[in-house]
Amino acid sequence: MLTAELLEEGKHLMTVCNACRYCEGYCAVWKSMETRTVFEERDLNYLSNLCHNCSECYYSCQYSPPHLFNINPPKTLAKLRVYSYELYAWPSVFAKAFHRNGLLVSLLTAVILIGSMGAASMVMGGRLFQPIHDGNFYQIIPHTVMSGAFGVVGIFAALALVIGFLRFWHNVGETCSTLFNLRAIIQAAKDLFSLKNLDNDGDGCSLPTEASSEWFRWLHHLTFYGFLACFVATALGTIYYYILGQHGAPGYTSLPVIFGTVGGIGLILGPIGLLALLKRRNKEIDDESQTGMDLSFILLLLLIAITGLLLLVLRQSSAMGTLLIVHLGLVMTLFLTIPYGKFVHGVYRSGALLKWALERQRQPAVKAKL
Amino acid sequence: MLFSLVEVTVANNLPAVDVLVVGGGNAALAAALSAREKGASVLVLECAPKDMRAGNSRHTRDLRCMHDAPTKIMSGVYTEDEFFKDILSVTEGKTNEKLARFMIQKSTECTEWMTGYGVRFQHALSGTLQLGRTNAFFLGGGKAMMNAYYDAAKKAGVKILYEAEVVDFEIADGEFRSASVIIEGKPAKVNANTLIAASGGFESNIQWLKEAWGPMADNFLIRGTPYNKGTVLKRLLALGAESISDSKEGHMVAIDGRSPKFDGGIVTRLDCISLGIVVNNKGDRFYDEGEDFWPKRYAIWGRLVAEQPDQVGYCIIDSKAMGKFMPSVFPALEAKDIADLAKLMKLPVDQVTATVKDYNDAVKPGTFNHEILDDCKTVGLKLPKSHWALRIDKAPFYAYPLRPGLTFTYLGLMVNERAQVLMKGGHRSKNIYAAGEIMAGNVLGRGYAAGIGVTIGTVFGRIAGREAAEQTLDGSAQKPTKEEASVHANS
Repeated sequence: MLTAELLEEGKHLMTVCNACRYCEGYCAVWKSMETRTVFEERDLNYLSNLCHNCSECYYSCQYSPPHLFNINPPKTLAKLRVYSYELYAWPSVFAKAFHRNGLLVSLLTAVILIGSMGAASMVMGGRLFQPIHDGNFYQIIPHTVMSGAFGVVGIFAALALVIGFLRFWHNVGETCSTLFNLRAIIQAAKDLFSLKNLDNDGDGCSLPTEASSEWFRWLHHLTFYGFLACFVATALGTIYYYILGQHGAPGYTSLPVIFGTVGGIGLILGPIGLLALLKRRNKEIDDESQTGMDLSFILLLLLIAITGLLLLVLRQSSAMGTLLIVHLGLVMTLFLTIPYGKFVHGVYRSGALLKWALERQRQPAVKAKL
Repeated sequence: MLFSLVEVTVANNLPAVDVLVVGGGNAALAAALSAREKGASVLVLECAPKDMRAGNSRHTRDLRCMHDAPTKIMSGVYTEDEFFKDILSVTEGKTNEKLARFMIQKSTECTEWMTGYGVRFQHALSGTLQLGRTNAFFLGGGKAMMNAYYDAAKKAGVKILYEAEVVDFEIADGEFRSASVIIEGKPAKVNANTLIAASGGFESNIQWLKEAWGPMADNFLIRGTPYNKGTVLKRLLALGAESISDSKEGHMVAIDGRSPKFDGGIVTRLDCISLGIVVNNKGDRFYDEGEDFWPKRYAIWGRLVAEQPDQVGYCIIDSKAMGKFMPSVFPALEAKDIADLAKLMKLPVDQVTATVKDYNDAVKPGTFNHEILDDCKTVGLKLPKSHWALRIDKAPFYAYPLRPGLTFTYLGLMVNERAQVLMKGGHRSKNIYAAGEIMAGNVLGRGYAAGIGVTIGTVFGRIAGREAAEQTLDGSAQKPTKEEASVHANS
């Protein structure tokens, strides 16, 4: 449940902002706000997820502290957002635990996984510390074990994300029938893949500090597209294995390795940049309760990328076994924490952007009614 | 002469500069940046702390600009003649035509110049703005604009001191010598070759307002900065500067009566008056709520409410009007019938009920259209409502309390088109310039039209900065000029 205090804070914010509207040139939040007159919990859940946290509005706000009205849009929306993550997560109790202790939970999970996998490997044959001359991972962990474990966890994570998305979608007042609108999906995809709402019409955003820049947007692009490329690499690897029957280690010029390498580089540069921004972030607009959650996600991505690339380079050395266990342990941790951590921001943001695309389609009708 | 590299310390004497700018809003920064463009050393003294800097410019949103063709940020065309006609109409002729037309012509350069310093504008026709043709809107509003200016000024090497209140001047024979300043509580003295006064009006000086308006001024709400005390204006007038306009002239609108005493800004406005009726605390109507389009009438309602007992009014609407105007920051009072609404407003129930009944009985059927001067009006009332008159009959009923909200004052310094301050008797001061609200009365003797304040500040700020810099650097401003006496001096 959203606390009464936070609900009040959200309503106060929207009441002041909707009477002012000076920020309407910035992002979709303010344009969407203008189509409303009342702000219930579901409106706040939607608007807070539509917010990309660019923080331009805070520095432009004539009502931000020390003004009596005490408006802090990025911070209030961040607090509402993380509340909504708990609300939509399945099962939601995990999300609550993760929100409070994100970093600790992730680290613990990773250590346990890596430890147990290492132990298992030792017990089962112990090729862990021996070089594998063709660099074939499956000599360390058999393909069936790897694909089986990740298949189960992956399906669970995907299911949790779908349930979360549907909970969000219904909570903000949409139905299954409004979900499949091709024009809106294309519009939302454009907004999503370009991060248009972090651009503020070419101005960039006020992260980590007041001076506007495009850094955050580009670093997010590096991270996001890096992640996507790695995802494609994994998918291609699966195709190579099952369809092309290529059971050995893929060559350096094979598509899975190229995608994985490019993605891995993005997932190193992006997260390092994001960590640096996070550190310099203006504390006045930061919801500090989320730092652990943010950190664990970024760190996991970074460590996965580093171990992944090392694995590629050192796959014929005796370090391969250890690296593989560590890498897979980290990936497994990511998969397990995905439905409860920072990853979900992308799911609900996509949903919010889709709703915003639908709203724009509906707007002429809304106007005609008035 | 460039500014000394030695860091300014808060001590009795600050290093002398070419141009001293007093104030920290749009006009002050436009002046400072323009003087710096010419190579002058510039010191800006802003009396507010950093968080509250920039005076009323924090609350602005747009500026009015002439343009002969659509631009990226303004639609259609807005000619010099149409712009001047709008000024004539709101000021009822109380303007200096020469200065006004000069300002209008110069307004064409503003947005490009501002963009050069990092000010960003919204695209034409985006959002719900009705003024997209005549006005250019800052992306993020006035505080975003001022953040860009301050950033640019810092980069350009303009020295800025906050919490630095100028309290007096040494002026001899129309020539400025030095300023006395209280900086973070300590007195100091600043010598400069030229002075630019850009310190706003006196709307937050309640004592001064009471001298002009009488005790009723205690009931005024001040929509903008609490730092516009008019100290600089008062001193310069006392030291021989010629005045313009009148201490009762300014921009005063009816705002939500529950607004804070200072700094409520835009969110306190109420745009529902033409959709309902307005009563005073006796329960009587006092002005035709539907006289003309709201954008043409909003500026008179502050005074109308100020003339009522206790300086309060109450706008009453019914459910039909809800959702048809920009929301206010305060919720409407709500009741199931008019008698209950009167109780909520603490007004005489019988009189309010009678006023609403008389009004409802007088409403003649018509076709309601808020976009035109429609035919919905009352017939037979001593005080008619000429347009948009619908019966107030659909529950629930709503009310908003009103108070006068003072935005700007127009009593100011008389200037010529080089922004030079004129002294009593009509001769020019030797090295004093003025820009912004402190000289707005030269263009706006009364009334207001959206966005003109920033236009005045930008145009005259730029001129003042340039002229002051040129004067101090090569003495060119000493060249005589003709035809500079104000028309107001004779009117």
